[in-house]
Amino acid sequence: MSHPYIPATEEDRRAMLEAIGVSSVDELFADIPAEHRNPTLDLPPPLSEPELLRELGAMAGRNRPAAQMPCFLGAGAYRHFIPSVVGQLVSRGEFLTAYTPYQAEVSQGTLQTVFEFQSLVCELTGMDVANAGMYDGASALAEACLMAASITGRERIGLLSTVHPRYVDVVRTYAGGRGLAVDLMEPDAVARLGDHACLAFQQPNFFGYLEDADVLSWAAHDSGALLIAAVDPVSLGLLRPPTDYGADIAVAEGQPLGVPLSYGGPYVGLFACRGEYLRQMPGRLVGRTQDAEGRSGYVMTLQTREQHIRRERSTSNICTSQQLVALAVTVCLCTLGKQGLRRVAELCYHKAHYAASEIARLPGYSLPLEGVFFKEFVVRCPLPTAEVNRGLLERGIIGGLDVSDRIENGMLLCVTEMSTREEIDALVQALGENL
Amino acid sequence: MNRTNQPGLRRRELGAALSFDLSRPGRVGCSLPPCDVPPSELPPPGCLRDELILPELSQLDVVRYFTRLSQLNFGVDTGFYPLGSCTMKYNPKLHEDVAGLPGFAGPHPLQPPETVQGALALMYELQGLLAEVTGLDEVSLTPAAGAQGELAGILMARAYQQARGDPRRRVLVPDSAHGTNPATAAMSGCQVVSVASDGQGNTDLTALAQALQEGDVAALMLTLPSTLGLFEPNIVRIAGMVHEAGALLYGDGANLNALLGQVKLGDLGFDVVHLNLHKTFSTPHGGGGPGCGPIAVRAHLAPFLPDPHVRHDEQSGRYVLARPERSIGRLGAFHGNFGVMVRAYAYLRSMGAEGLRQVSEQAVLNANYLLARLRDAYRLPYDRRCMHEVVFSGSRQKARGVRTLDVAKRLIDYGFHPPTIYFPLIVDEALMIEPTESESKETLDAFCEAMLAIAREAEEDPELVRSAPHEAPLRRLDEATAARRPVLRWRREEAGRA
Repeated sequence: MSHPYIPATEEDRRAMLEAIGVSSVDELFADIPAEHRNPTLDLPPPLSEPELLRELGAMAGRNRPAAQMPCFLGAGAYRHFIPSVVGQLVSRGEFLTAYTPYQAEVSQGTLQTVFEFQSLVCELTGMDVANAGMYDGASALAEACLMAASITGRERIGLLSTVHPRYVDVVRTYAGGRGLAVDLMEPDAVARLGDHACLAFQQPNFFGYLEDADVLSWAAHDSGALLIAAVDPVSLGLLRPPTDYGADIAVAEGQPLGVPLSYGGPYVGLFACRGEYLRQMPGRLVGRTQDAEGRSGYVMTLQTREQHIRRERSTSNICTSQQLVALAVTVCLCTLGKQGLRRVAELCYHKAHYAASEIARLPGYSLPLEGVFFKEFVVRCPLPTAEVNRGLLERGIIGGLDVSDRIENGMLLCVTEMSTREEIDALVQALGENL
Repeated sequence: MNRTNQPGLRRRELGAALSFDLSRPGRVGCSLPPCDVPPSELPPPGCLRDELILPELSQLDVVRYFTRLSQLNFGVDTGFYPLGSCTMKYNPKLHEDVAGLPGFAGPHPLQPPETVQGALALMYELQGLLAEVTGLDEVSLTPAAGAQGELAGILMARAYQQARGDPRRRVLVPDSAHGTNPATAAMSGCQVVSVASDGQGNTDLTALAQALQEGDVAALMLTLPSTLGLFEPNIVRIAGMVHEAGALLYGDGANLNALLGQVKLGDLGFDVVHLNLHKTFSTPHGGGGPGCGPIAVRAHLAPFLPDPHVRHDEQSGRYVLARPERSIGRLGAFHGNFGVMVRAYAYLRSMGAEGLRQVSEQAVLNANYLLARLRDAYRLPYDRRCMHEVVFSGSRQKARGVRTLDVAKRLIDYGFHPPTIYFPLIVDEALMIEPTESESKETLDAFCEAMLAIAREAEEDPELVRSAPHEAPLRRLDEATAARRPVLRWRREEAGRA
């Protein structure tokens, strides 16, 4: 019987076998050692479309998705508004089912959207050049550190301790591969910088607060290190861009801009740097050019940096990245526009500050950290954080990340433009009733 | 000329506008709610940005802009896309609906495990299904793409050998290998050693023996079938040689479409294998990702897998994310491209064992059919059966002044996406064609007619081929200038220029 995804009929197969000159398909697999051919494949029996929808629908139904509940959990992935146009445009078959745009004449859709993406990331970060995207914010940070090591020729990577612990872990994995050492340092101890390739920090930091970027910049450049900033792209609707404080490389997690939470992926890493470091950048780059009749068009360019040309001397092994997710970011930014992004950032700021001040007034709760925060902040609870979160979940609220390993009874809360006043007030009430 | 597959791409206008060019001050693309909380004092001015330049478009502007751009693209949805080693098979629409279910699209990666048991169950089952397909013991779904899977695999090999007190620093890579292989080895801190292929397109056993004898080998990275589309008949012997030298056999699984259900890589002696869900397992290529590059390993390597791994507690029946005991560490902030995993899982549940066998059979049959029909017009560098892809050389046409690049561009005029060109590097003027099992005989025949017509044109009217494409949105693009004088972004000062 024919399969909907395999159109060949018996008649087709007969004709093809005849043209090839074999009597059965089996002969085409003759090179495979006989003793290992036709193994048992113990897989569940195939499901038809309606059966599959039923079964996977049931599986999906066993999850309680944060996107559909009051959710105050952030720490690297965020519940932000996704305009309906994003999903609709990104799912067009011409975008969805295209390959990497090696044949430029028939891939201008992909290529021009990459050029748009690169341009938008440059505008957000202030940088001269941005690539087509990395796997996620964490691996983008790791590759930025490797890039700094290549540029400076140094073998130590400096990271602030207030960088997301999982980002630190990813940097260690990548650095370990190249035999580079990773030094974690406190924000007030950056005088320790010596023979480091870079000083990398997160802005706002893991706890949601702004670091003193000017001091960090001075410390890095004074010691001959590159300054790498891992930023929140939504915050750039309000806060000053990394170039303002002298960053050499800027990376970010693009998920907040039009990408569903999707239980952790696929997301996309933004990667941008100063023009002088262009040729050490990892990842794809798309440039503008002209065709034989003077029309503007786009092509992948400076490919000599990449694995398919330079192989073991390439700037990175990255091949397939996250193009469709980068497209979602692009469509989202074009839809939100200049005014919309600023508005989203302001809403996050005001709602987070309202939540923080209301919680701080509850007996037993306090804000242990000082400084300017954007959309995330830490509260100290009067009870163990895990207990507080259990109580919240019983009330149908997803609480913040348990950070009691760093701050006693600490909870990292995130408030975005998607949190209504009712949801925030319900959170405050629930926290108050926990006592 | 039968253009059954002409996708009808529009000719591009002069001076293609960007979103920034279409922008007008004051336009907005979506509405946002008013602020429902008392406003707080903004941060000090020193923290704030002065200016933000982003496009200002109405929502219809956005829709038309991106819709028209999409119409300039060729996709599997629009026509035959026979890129070798990319496996451009049909991406089932069913999977898009499944991945979009709120229960899959909505969870936060850090939600308490008890609230996402459905998602964890899917990941755990997918781990198991891929282990069964490869014939290996444990699978990690965390790598975001094949190249990241390769990185994980080589880092694991090194960690394993280090832990045994036998650190190794050299990685052997065939001269036909995909560029990610040597790039990965370099990223893992290893020295890359190239191993020659012989006249039949197989690994040269003498060269391999010599490279192994020089010692210090962490792994041999092999693609099976090779990038030439050929199965390595000596694979079991090669595995033995590699293991005897204390090295690991790494499998680049990009070409697994030829082997589904026909043989298990674990049975042949592979220790670590990466898979490409965005190739073999039907997830869409997206113009360059997202993909997913799971790695499958033998049991003794499992403790070194990336963090996290999905485990199942038999007693409680609960699924959890756990850090393997001697993990090489995290590759990303979370646990991989879950949305891609959903699609691949749906594919495996749709196909079953018999479906996967049909896939590999038809993929191999289709490629051999193209080989049979085109071998008189184009030079076949290795005169033997191919597997799921066939590599020709354009050297015969080159002698008439028509290069493989020209043949590729002329195929566009016939309504097809060109095959992979100039890879693998060991074939002069390489043309690598992978039809996949998704294509009908009519499509294959139309493609062959076009290729034969172009071969005739190369003899009779070479300039027509050399100046192709004539029917695409754009003529051939000037890549040299793009590299010499890179223009990589929009700039306000340059606005208005085409």
